[in-house]
Amino acid sequence: MNVTLFVTCLVDLFHVNVGKATVELLERLGCTIHFPEAQTCCGQPAYNSGYVKEAKEAMKHMIRTFEHAEYIVTPSGSCATMFKEYPHIFKGDSEWEERAKRVADRTYELTQFIVNVLKVEDVGARLEGKATYHTSCHMTRLLGVKDAPLTLLQHVKGLEVVPLPNAHNCCGFGGTFSVKMGPISEQMVDEKIQCIEQVEADYLIGADCGCLMNIGGRIERKGKPIRVMHIAEVLNSR
Amino acid sequence: MAMKINMGEFHERVEKGIHNTFMRGAVAGAQERLRTRRLEAAQELGNWEEWRALGEEIRQHTLEHLDYYLMQLSENVKKRGGHVFFAQTAEEANDYICRVVASKQAKKIVKSKSMVTEEIHMNAALEKLGCEVIETDLGEYILQVDDHDPPSHIVAPALHKNKEQIRDVFQEKLAYTKTEKPEELALHARHMLRHEYMTADVGITGCNFAVAETGSITLVTNEGNADLVTALPKTQITVMGMERIVPTFEEMEVLVSLLTRSAVGQKLTSYITVLTGPREEGEVDGPEEFHLVIVDNGRSDILGTEFQPVLQCIRCAACVNVCPVYRHIGGHSYGSIYSGPIGAVLSPLLGGYDDYKELPYASTLCAACTEACPVKIPLHELLLKHRQTIVEREGKAPISEKLAMKAFGLGAASSLLYKLGSKIAPTAVHPFTTNDRISKGPGPLKAWTDIREFPAPEKERFRDWFKQRGEE
Repeated sequence: MNVTLFVTCLVDLFHVNVGKATVELLERLGCTIHFPEAQTCCGQPAYNSGYVKEAKEAMKHMIRTFEHAEYIVTPSGSCATMFKEYPHIFKGDSEWEERAKRVADRTYELTQFIVNVLKVEDVGARLEGKATYHTSCHMTRLLGVKDAPLTLLQHVKGLEVVPLPNAHNCCGFGGTFSVKMGPISEQMVDEKIQCIEQVEADYLIGADCGCLMNIGGRIERKGKPIRVMHIAEVLNSR
Repeated sequence: MAMKINMGEFHERVEKGIHNTFMRGAVAGAQERLRTRRLEAAQELGNWEEWRALGEEIRQHTLEHLDYYLMQLSENVKKRGGHVFFAQTAEEANDYICRVVASKQAKKIVKSKSMVTEEIHMNAALEKLGCEVIETDLGEYILQVDDHDPPSHIVAPALHKNKEQIRDVFQEKLAYTKTEKPEELALHARHMLRHEYMTADVGITGCNFAVAETGSITLVTNEGNADLVTALPKTQITVMGMERIVPTFEEMEVLVSLLTRSAVGQKLTSYITVLTGPREEGEVDGPEEFHLVIVDNGRSDILGTEFQPVLQCIRCAACVNVCPVYRHIGGHSYGSIYSGPIGAVLSPLLGGYDDYKELPYASTLCAACTEACPVKIPLHELLLKHRQTIVEREGKAPISEKLAMKAFGLGAASSLLYKLGSKIAPTAVHPFTTNDRISKGPGPLKAWTDIREFPAPEKERFRDWFKQRGEE
């Protein structure tokens, strides 16, 4: 199966290992990975800050880059949601609406793609320890992907997955919120970390590098012994 | 603007909220209880999504034909002998209410809970007239006794106080001698209030839903105080926001079902009071005179705009009860009587961006509010629309942010610029990097690294790895 990888800017620049794990994992599952070099960012930082004009420039560029792909797969629920929003954003635009829809229709978050398209629930991964999973807001509420990551994690050998208390509460990332509303964000991420500690998890697993950068950055600052992993890295563990 | 509470800048209010551990404990506990109860009540009803869709349809239909239904309501209230006044502004509403009260030479007024009277600061106007205004909703009563502490939640106004604090307020102000047991506190308040109902000249209520077809008003309470406020005083004034209307009882029933379940997780509240005009011949209770004050106060400016869905709101506070930001800062931080996600959308519309420009940013856009709303208001999308308005039409965004976003637009729309920028990034931040981490970031990174570590950009980008791998 031909998969066109939308790696996301965060992975491209800051979390290269997540990108590598995504490629290796999908290849092991029989996919051929294409990586359009022209890809940049989905436009969400500008869009969510109210800069729609600037965001649309980025979006048009991404539409041009991905519109001929068969399956667009991305290791981020939030960036996948942004792609899915494109037709809504370009509604009524005769040049772009259809093209945006084409991109949106072919976009899948990584775990959603593995479970729903490849129909695989056990990727043959192994990781020893106790983990809890952070349900990212955009992936869960807007993209509607709730079960796929948990289904995949349940099949990871050696891994005990325990529910995260108050999992429905946002971790406090929210893109520019994390810097614009620093003091509030700090309280939110601290409560999230308390919940992770409460279940004595060795690993905090998530499917969005934004949330993981926030939670992980705070865990590191506080020197907590919790390892933060992207689900692609977990599923690629042997 | 009248709905404003609390002096001080937004960030100062937030700081105060964050450091109020009593309030935060109370809010977190209430959120968890209310959320669980709401989910259980929704599940028990079954087909919750269909109910939401129906609620949305009813609210949208009513707003689309608001002029028609308001006319119908007004005619039917008058037919039953009531008086109707359309107030375009808060001042007009208060003037009318004061005129009615003065004409009765009223001294004592009892009130059941109403957000719109808070919005127009009606109590202050009446007090200026020399009247004593007594809140009879337990939460509102506690706040009033506590030197007019403003409400922090649209359904549970005293949510920010715990029972020990309430006991202290009662001891100080009401010669209360018993414990912090809620039953004892409530009994004391009830005892104090009973006398007030009997001696009040005027009763004032809000309105959950006005029924256009019959000219009735509906009040949803758990304490029964609205029954006494409407049954005992000779004159009754009901104040309603102009959008709080349904065509018939059939729609009222749907919305009440959504309201009570969403607000407190109950199938029904203890009392649902329906009133149609003043007392008629042969009736044993009810007011001799009934006035309905329909308040616009900025609402008609919202009609027909992209923000119209906010007028669908039935004031259940389900969005407040799931909001992770409200959870940590409490209601007073919003600086408006409307707090939480609904407040962050509504306050800038009714009160202007000068006072409320920060509120649309006090959200991570996590969409918990949108998911919880029983009438499907896309709250997080409306917050985004506010941000867009602030940037594009109001021009209130900081210059540094505008420049950064301009650069983002250019960089993300050009693969060449993106590649170049990302290539030099590790070198650019090298002076701030230790062990692949940035702990004290420069410029815009500082706000991030004040709280958390920031990963240094990797020397080998993903794209470099992928390309090299292909070449091997």
